[in-house]
Amino acid sequence: MKALLKYREIWLAAAIIVLIALISTRFPAFADPGNLAQVFNDTSILMILALGQMVVILTRSIDLSMASNLCFTGMVVAMLNAAHPAIPIPLLIVIALAVGLVLGAINGLLVWRLNIPSIVVTLGTLTIYRGATFVLSGGAWVNADKMSPDFIGFQRAAFLGIPVLSWIAILVIALFFIVMTRTALGRSIYAIGVNPTASVYAGIDVGRTKFIVFCISGMVGGLSGYLWISRYVIASVEVANGYELNIIAACVIGGISIAGGIGSVGGAVLGALFLGIISNALPVINISPFWQMAISGSAIILAVVLNARGERQQGRIILRKAEAA
Amino acid sequence: MTDIPAPRHIPDRLDKPLSSAIFSWEALLVVVAVAIFVINSFASPYFLDAYSLSDLTFNFTEKGLIAFAMALLIISGEIDLSVAAIIALASTLMGMAVQAGADTPVLVLIGIVVGLGCGAFNGLLVTRLGLPSIVVTIGTMSLFRGIAFIILGDQAYKGYPSSFAFFGQGYVWWVVSFELVLFLIAAVVYWFLLHRTSFGRRVFAIGNNPVAAQFSGVRVGRIKFILFCLTGLMAGIASVLITSRLGSTRPSIAQGYELEVITMVVLGGVSILGGSGSIVGVVLAAFIMGLVTFGLGLLNVPGIVMSIFIGLLLIIVIALPIVWRRLRGGS
Repeated sequence: MKALLKYREIWLAAAIIVLIALISTRFPAFADPGNLAQVFNDTSILMILALGQMVVILTRSIDLSMASNLCFTGMVVAMLNAAHPAIPIPLLIVIALAVGLVLGAINGLLVWRLNIPSIVVTLGTLTIYRGATFVLSGGAWVNADKMSPDFIGFQRAAFLGIPVLSWIAILVIALFFIVMTRTALGRSIYAIGVNPTASVYAGIDVGRTKFIVFCISGMVGGLSGYLWISRYVIASVEVANGYELNIIAACVIGGISIAGGIGSVGGAVLGALFLGIISNALPVINISPFWQMAISGSAIILAVVLNARGERQQGRIILRKAEAA
Repeated sequence: MTDIPAPRHIPDRLDKPLSSAIFSWEALLVVVAVAIFVINSFASPYFLDAYSLSDLTFNFTEKGLIAFAMALLIISGEIDLSVAAIIALASTLMGMAVQAGADTPVLVLIGIVVGLGCGAFNGLLVTRLGLPSIVVTIGTMSLFRGIAFIILGDQAYKGYPSSFAFFGQGYVWWVVSFELVLFLIAAVVYWFLLHRTSFGRRVFAIGNNPVAAQFSGVRVGRIKFILFCLTGLMAGIASVLITSRLGSTRPSIAQGYELEVITMVVLGGVSILGGSGSIVGVVLAAFIMGLVTFGLGLLNVPGIVMSIFIGLLLIIVIALPIVWRRLRGGS
């Protein structure tokens, strides 16, 4: 199983290298390390969000409210910054994490305590959180001129030649890697996805673990809220509208099975990078950005078709044999 | 000589607990609908007016048409997130046909055929390749709308023939719109299909246990394929209605409809896990969503705030029976 996982990520990495090679035949500067670092930086937020979504999907759940959470939390920190520019950025990041955590915990509690399917809960909170952003802001925007220079500059500051935003992404990737591969929580998350019933017998509290993964995706959404707003320097109700499906797309391309239990940190990161490279490359090779949606759609379908080969369940194979007999 | 066991009586529907639960669900929806109706008529003097109420129906007829087919699809354990994108693609191709000089019958045919084709494409991917429908349709959602964006970019198609306007703007009798009539006919057809035919029984069987259904001789793949085609077809019909009502096509048309349609279906008491649900519930949910958005609209509440109410309604209506059962059960 583990060999298979590695296999899939290697293929995805190879596909990305081929993609970069193809692009650089039309535009050689694209493969420049400096430009690739730029692409990585551009994709940082999507990578972080994809990791948060990944832990949820691994437990056979889904979080459709991440983009709305991002929008709401982003508005909260932007308004705080506009009203009290003196609040230091690290404190704002903590606030963003906390607000995101609360929104995630609401999802988690509804899933855990009331046993409502996560897709229904987060479909509801998707509209509620975005609506709450409107109520909070009164429909007003927070523009660049109201944000403090620190607020905007923090993630752009270079540390060891790499922007802070990229460092945050690297830190989050490392953190998720440790949690997923080196802790009991990570193992429980995989176990629940592979077989929830067996997990209960193995002493895993399935409901509580699901609550925790929604808290994680909430915190990730909150963190991304600050990062998104300070990157695109505008906070409005429309921020990241419809982005929840991009996040899921990154996970799917990264080989994370929507049926739960299969997927890795590396896959989520590569899936996000794949989308990031396409969106960065289209303008430089003179393809209309209107092509982007259709291309990522095709990439998703292709990815599922390829992934499905490794995921065939036992029951289905038995049935096929019975049918043939 | 052995005793032949007496034939076991197998009821064609389960006894009280389940049927009363379903009854109470629809009863709950009726109560909610009546409450919203009463609140609305007190809150706004403009609400209780034949023309206002007629306008109200446009809020849900198009989404409701898709919701019927979606209900069957969700009962069978699948889902289609690409319906809004199908609307966009069908509308764009109709717009292209108009530029080429096509007339109304051709436009309607294009809308229906494109919808059916997109649905069949989803169905083939899901049933032939055995892929999870939620992921396939997230992909085709980007693909279909993406094609609309490639064709149209930031442009818009206009200039639909005047006879085409009937579908989205025409009235059959007094204040009864063509869309409402179509919605009611579709409600009856889908009610009959789901609750009165063997096809409907098979859909429930698949949703409850696809493996058992397969072994019972139900052609699971074929029925799911038909359901995807039906959902595409309804999206195509909705595309004709919306395009006709708006009189123009942009690639962003009907953005976000897929989630509203699914909300409608789930609010109507269809289990998102498959296996249970009713068309009556979906019709009631469509009315409720129409009432909420229209009533709040009369009170000048912005659309985005309305969505809070829809979201809360969705979660509360689903949580209520669970909380109630738990309180009564004493656990």
